[in-house]
Amino acid sequence: MSNVSVDSNDSSVNDNQTQDNPRRRFLTVATSVVGAAGVVGVAVPFIGSWSPSEKAKAAGADVEIDISKVEPGQLIRVIWRSKPVWVVRRTPELLASLSQHEEQLKDPNSEVEQQPAFAQNPYRSLKEEYLILVGICTHLGCSPQHLTDGAFEQYAEGVSEGFFCPCHGSKFDMAGRVFESVPAPSNLQVPPYFFVDDNTVIIGSLGEGEAV
Amino acid sequence: MFKNLLDWIEYRIPMMRVANMHAIQYPAPKNMNFWYIFGFLATIVLVNQIVTGIWLTMNFVPTAEGAFASVEYIMRDVPYGDILRYMHSTGASAFFIVVYLHMFRGMMYGSYQKPRELLWLFGMFIYLALMAEAFMGYVLPWGQMSYWGAQVIVSLFSAIPVIGPDLVEWIQGDYVISGATLNRFFALHVIALPLVIVILVFLHIVALHEVGSNNPDGVEVKRKKGSLSEDQKTKFEMHEYYTNKYDIIDDVVPFFPHIVLKDLVAFCVFLALFSWVMFFNPAMGGYFLEAPNFEVANPLKTPEHIFPVWYFTPFYAILKAVPDKLGGVIMMFAAIIALFLLPWIDRGKVKSWRYRCGFHRWNLLIFAVVFIFLGYLGGTPQENWKITASQIATFMYFGFFVLLFIYSKNEKTKPVPERITK
Repeated sequence: MSNVSVDSNDSSVNDNQTQDNPRRRFLTVATSVVGAAGVVGVAVPFIGSWSPSEKAKAAGADVEIDISKVEPGQLIRVIWRSKPVWVVRRTPELLASLSQHEEQLKDPNSEVEQQPAFAQNPYRSLKEEYLILVGICTHLGCSPQHLTDGAFEQYAEGVSEGFFCPCHGSKFDMAGRVFESVPAPSNLQVPPYFFVDDNTVIIGSLGEGEAV
Repeated sequence: MFKNLLDWIEYRIPMMRVANMHAIQYPAPKNMNFWYIFGFLATIVLVNQIVTGIWLTMNFVPTAEGAFASVEYIMRDVPYGDILRYMHSTGASAFFIVVYLHMFRGMMYGSYQKPRELLWLFGMFIYLALMAEAFMGYVLPWGQMSYWGAQVIVSLFSAIPVIGPDLVEWIQGDYVISGATLNRFFALHVIALPLVIVILVFLHIVALHEVGSNNPDGVEVKRKKGSLSEDQKTKFEMHEYYTNKYDIIDDVVPFFPHIVLKDLVAFCVFLALFSWVMFFNPAMGGYFLEAPNFEVANPLKTPEHIFPVWYFTPFYAILKAVPDKLGGVIMMFAAIIALFLLPWIDRGKVKSWRYRCGFHRWNLLIFAVVFIFLGYLGGTPQENWKITASQIATFMYFGFFVLLFIYSKNEKTKPVPERITK
């Protein structure tokens, strides 16, 4: 470093002046604060730009469904964020039968987080009558079939209705709960949703005051 | 004529001075062995990645619709496109091989110890940036493993309390991994992270040349000014930047030609191995390029097993070993942070494991075996025994650091020689 010289007239080297000059110190601090505010300001567009674009927001927007015309026992399909979502209107008899095969299930009490908190109940739904599920098998993503009127009995003894995945034979009951000894590891996913009124359900967000 | 041109340049920019200081008259310990080739090789691979990467961007389409097809186009229709792509994909794995060996060298010979802490930290930051770079690069071909690997890694952030879910949306730029995610990963992979890596490599080398290279004996070759007699000092001409500050002992050789030629021999062997993989086995049995990635990304179809590429699997095993998601994420990052803190965890004064206690040798060797074993566990299909095994291995991984911290304080070491041994 022999060829580096220090300019003795450089005021920044002179400690006395910099440290004991309140006016200079004030100006240094004030400039730094203004500069820092500028950095924060200029960071906003760069960080904000990473949020979902309007196009992405539109594609992933909530879906509003009219359920007034769904008959008891019927299943309707809607598309939400490019995934099939099922809405099933369950009959009282079906609801009553749900508790009768719990010993055959992997996770009867929905302990694995595959649903919003409001659906962690025996029916896995907000209103007992309406079952709303993402219709994708938790094994490898096929879409299971809805088997009714005893057609499901060949796969699960004593259970007349359920979902059967044709790809690898995973079975789910009418609350979307997975049966034992099938490849699917967990219950079917319940999307976030809420009821605007008795006939309209919004899929994609939680109602006010609901936690994930 | 040529001399005049050099003088003309030198008067305006210190070209020869910098070359002499950092590449020619740099004092390198004469006992640098096999383990000292990996820094050089890493630099070579970095250049390979940058050059082949630039060529790949000329035909790659960074959209969800076009990415997979453009990679097939590069492979089938672009002249020499397959070679360029395999140079890049083989280079990615080669990078991690040489970097892991480079890091292990540092651990064997205590190259992270005072005064080389910052040098080690820069190296660790390079490693971190390299992991981010490799992860994002692997997403770009938009195959099944690209997509689902990204899904697994990005969803790790959802485990962070409170801000997690919003953070994931922010990273993805969408509610799911989508074209928006692919496009930003492309930008980061080809511009942001390469810049960061190149700058960090520059700082790593500047820091290295400031403190000087360590060596297998861990004996400092730069001594206090005036502490050596004339015949103890090196007879080679070293740059005055070093000789003005220190007396350099007669155990060094100038970087050029001695070290450069040694590195070039290593380079030839490396090139042979690299070429064999690139030309005859680019997928390396599914370890360098995983089979599901030859299928286009499908958000509705999960591959049967999701593994990261081999160089991440030790950390993936740690992640999976912890039953709790957030706990797993914390442990995984802690595993990397522990390496960052190595200069302060190791309280020993003796650098090289040649002169440290026998227990240290075993501790380090077992650590290396555990790391490889974790890689095996994280890169093969889940089985019941592997959960317990990865928990034990995770415990042993962290055990290395805990034990090192304890015994290094009052370690029974062998006497360190005054001079480099042979």
